[in-house]
Amino acid sequence: MSDLGADIRRETLISNADPLDFLSLLKPRVMSLVVFTALVGMVLAPGAIHPVIGLIAVFAIAVGAGASGALNMWYDADIDAVMGRTAKRPIPSGRVQPGEALSFGMILSVLSVMVLGLATNWVAGGLLAFTIFFYVVIYTMGLKRRTAQNIVIGGAAGALPPVVGWAAVTGGVAIEPMILFSIIFLWTPPHFWALAIVRKEDYARAGVPMLPNVASDRNTRLQILLYSLLLIPFGVAPFFMGFGGWLYGATALVGGVMMVWWSIGILRADDEGKLKKACWSLFGGSILYLFAVFAALLLEWAGGLAWALLRGSLA
Amino acid sequence: MSAPQDTEGLRLTDEEKARRARRNKAIGFGVAGLCLLFYVITVFKMGPAILSRPM
Repeated sequence: MSDLGADIRRETLISNADPLDFLSLLKPRVMSLVVFTALVGMVLAPGAIHPVIGLIAVFAIAVGAGASGALNMWYDADIDAVMGRTAKRPIPSGRVQPGEALSFGMILSVLSVMVLGLATNWVAGGLLAFTIFFYVVIYTMGLKRRTAQNIVIGGAAGALPPVVGWAAVTGGVAIEPMILFSIIFLWTPPHFWALAIVRKEDYARAGVPMLPNVASDRNTRLQILLYSLLLIPFGVAPFFMGFGGWLYGATALVGGVMMVWWSIGILRADDEGKLKKACWSLFGGSILYLFAVFAALLLEWAGGLAWALLRGSLA
Repeated sequence: MSAPQDTEGLRLTDEEKARRARRNKAIGFGVAGLCLLFYVITVFKMGPAILSRPM
C-alpha cells in the first residue's frame, strides 16, 4: 500500500522541474515577437545607441516579457489546466510548483527592469516595468476573467515593446513609436478572436469571457472585420509620416487588405467547417502580417545603413 | 545509541537528483551571466573613461 502522506510530501517538497521547464514559463514564441518589435522601435529611433548596449536592452526587454509570461502562467494555472491548448504548460502538468513560477517571474521582472534602466535610461526601465504590471495585474488579474474586452485593453501590453525600444535610445516617447503601438494594438483583437472562435469550448470550460463566448456570432465577426479595417490606415501611416518607405507602404497596404479579406471570410462562413478554416487563415495570416510589416521596416533600415556605409567607403 | 535510520525523510530518486543538479547548474550560469552582463554594461557605458578615474 502506498503512503499517501509521503506522496503528497514528495509532490509539494521536491521540485521536479528541469531548467527547460523554467524556460518554457517565459513563453519563448511570444518573446521572439517582442524582441522583433522592440528591435524595430530601437533602430527607427533618432540618435545612436552603442550596439552592445542596444543588444543588452533588447535582451532585457525580452526577459521582462518572459517574466510577465511566467507570472501570467502562475496566476492562470487553474484555467490553463482545463484548456486543451494550455494543459501541458509546466504548472498545470505538475512539473513546476506555482511558488517557483511566482518567484522566478518576480526575480526576472526586477532584474530585467534594473538592467534596462542601468544600461539605457529609466524612462525605458519604467516603461518596461509598466508593461509587466499592465500584463500581469491589469490584464491577467483584472480583465481576463471579467470582460470580453480583456484582450482589447490587454493588447496594450503586447503593443508596448516598440515604445520601450524607442525610449531606450531617445529617453522619451514620440508619435512614431505610438503609431507602431497602435498597429499592434489594433492587430490584437482580430488575431485572438479568430483563435477564440475555434477554441470557444475551451474558453467556456475555463470560464473566460472571450467575445465569441459572450456576444453573438455575427457581432464577433463584425468586430473582427472592424478592427481589421481600422488596421489599414494605421498600418500605412508610417509611410505617409515618412518613417516607412515604399517597401513598407506596399507591405502594409497589401497585408492590411489581406487581413480584411480573411475577416470577410470569417463573416461570410456559413458552416462550421468553413468558419474554422477561415479563422485559422486569419490567425496564421495575422502573424504573417505583423511579421511582414515590422520586417519591412527593419529591411528598409538595414538597406539605408548599407547604402550609407557604401557611399561613405566610396567617397 | 543507534545510527540515524537512512530511511528517514524523503530520499531523492536518481532522476530527481539529476534534475536538481541541472537546476543548480542553470542557476550558477545565470548568476555568472548576470555578473558578466553588469561588467559589460559598465565597460561599454563608461568607455575609455573607465581608465581615467581620479583615485
